[in-house]
Amino acid sequence: MDPFLTSRIVTDVLGGLTNGVIYGMVALSLVLIWRSTGVLNFAQGAMPMFATYVGFALLSYHFGYWPCVVACIIAGLLIGGLTERLLVRRLYGKPEINPIVVMVGFLIVLEAVAAAIWSSFPRSLPSPFSSIDWQLAGKPIALSPFTVYEIATGLLVMTAVAVLFRFTKLGLQLRASAVAPEVSRLLGVRVGRLLTLGWMLSTVVGVITTVLVSSNFFTGLTPQVMDGIFAFGFIAAAIGGLESPVGAIIAGILLGIANQFVTDFVNQNAVIIIALALLIVSLMIRPSGVFTKRTERRV
Amino acid sequence: MITIDDLTVSFGAVQALRSVSFVAETAKITAVLGANGAGKTTLLRTISGLKEPRSGTIRMDERNLVHRRTEDIARLGIGHVPEGRGVIGEFTVEENLRLGAMMAKVNLQQGLSEQYEQFPVLGERRRQHAAKLSGGERQMLAMARALIAKPSVLLLDEPSLGLAPLVTAQLMHTIQSLCDTSDLTVILVEQNASSALRIAHHAVVLHVGKVVANDAASVVAADENLRQYYLGLVE
Repeated sequence: MDPFLTSRIVTDVLGGLTNGVIYGMVALSLVLIWRSTGVLNFAQGAMPMFATYVGFALLSYHFGYWPCVVACIIAGLLIGGLTERLLVRRLYGKPEINPIVVMVGFLIVLEAVAAAIWSSFPRSLPSPFSSIDWQLAGKPIALSPFTVYEIATGLLVMTAVAVLFRFTKLGLQLRASAVAPEVSRLLGVRVGRLLTLGWMLSTVVGVITTVLVSSNFFTGLTPQVMDGIFAFGFIAAAIGGLESPVGAIIAGILLGIANQFVTDFVNQNAVIIIALALLIVSLMIRPSGVFTKRTERRV
Repeated sequence: MITIDDLTVSFGAVQALRSVSFVAETAKITAVLGANGAGKTTLLRTISGLKEPRSGTIRMDERNLVHRRTEDIARLGIGHVPEGRGVIGEFTVEENLRLGAMMAKVNLQQGLSEQYEQFPVLGERRRQHAAKLSGGERQMLAMARALIAKPSVLLLDEPSLGLAPLVTAQLMHTIQSLCDTSDLTVILVEQNASSALRIAHHAVVLHVGKVVANDAASVVAADENLRQYYLGLVE
């Protein structure tokens, strides 16, 4: 028996890490859109939710889990791209409140339409891995094959996004379009297409997150499945800094772990209160986010 | 060669350019001079497609550039170094150059080597963020980023702005040698008329959006009225 792995502290850290990776991915998807288009996307939970319903509709046609996931990603690409082209593009350059109001409205519409089509009852999705925690000498450790799948997928997605932005030509163009759209156009970069691509990419990160959340045996898929998670992802993005993808991920992971400790040592109802308190304190100390450099947008 | 014919550009009711016509010859430097508000920057922005003209045409050889997108105009071989230089401060020197080389069919490593040879200080600072460069170095980076794509036309908007006289002289020398050693067509917008006239082959003087002189640079430089009333050059 290894008392360390089954200790209360390690159990909380591992349990929090799983949620933290999910919050980090939501925060990352918010930051991707904010950095590229300056829009705070309040429908960032609802758009992937809708794509996940669309993708998993294939279950009725006897497709398995993985083909459905691919279908979810394709649906996410389409929803992200169409939203940018048809809805968001008209809002660039308008007062900041306009896209916020529109995206909150879009969130409400998507959740209502999803409920009308697929009902509000939780829909259980097939899970590719067991959600039962592994045990060491009869004591459970806070890890199951499914949580390892969640953490590994989350880290893989974050790494892929980092590699895309840091080391590829496409990433360089995406970054340039975000910070200096006019200069980018003068250099021949097709900024309009890249903004659409940014929304598609961000929605796909959201779709993968939603698939992970809703294929958990204990959660299932509902039209509101991402609402609570979006709130924590939003808090993580604000604490980490909306300009900083790495900051958003780190803040998401730390927030997940902190939540787990609060749940364990205080009370589950205190989680959101403490998360909001953390947000308020961090915004008072560093309004632009803990990890945002002040010079980042200087051109 | 860039041919501008009867170009009129408005901002609402205000006409920024009024029936502007001139030709910028291949392998020559055409200086566009005039006081603040004369319409010089608007002219370059209109050539690049950042501003839509009300009427008139802009031709690059036989192709009309009007109503084309900025990115398509850039891909036709027009490099534009905007006022304030437009280097991306959060990118390294090399990332700025890579971005410039991306749309052109040029070998990146060869292009980088050429630019580092032309502007050695950029090679020394290739890993530094552009925000940390001095004003002169930023100007060099902006020019190198435009040149790495091997444009056939280079639009330079106030390259000497904020630079020390010695740095300005070096910059003008660089522009002149670029033009001498290639088929590059340069349209050089400058408030520093004396520096620009020293290296330009042709000069166009704008005054509140209208062309008041369009002649060889030596002729414009020798015209006392132009020097005194439009260029602020008093002996």
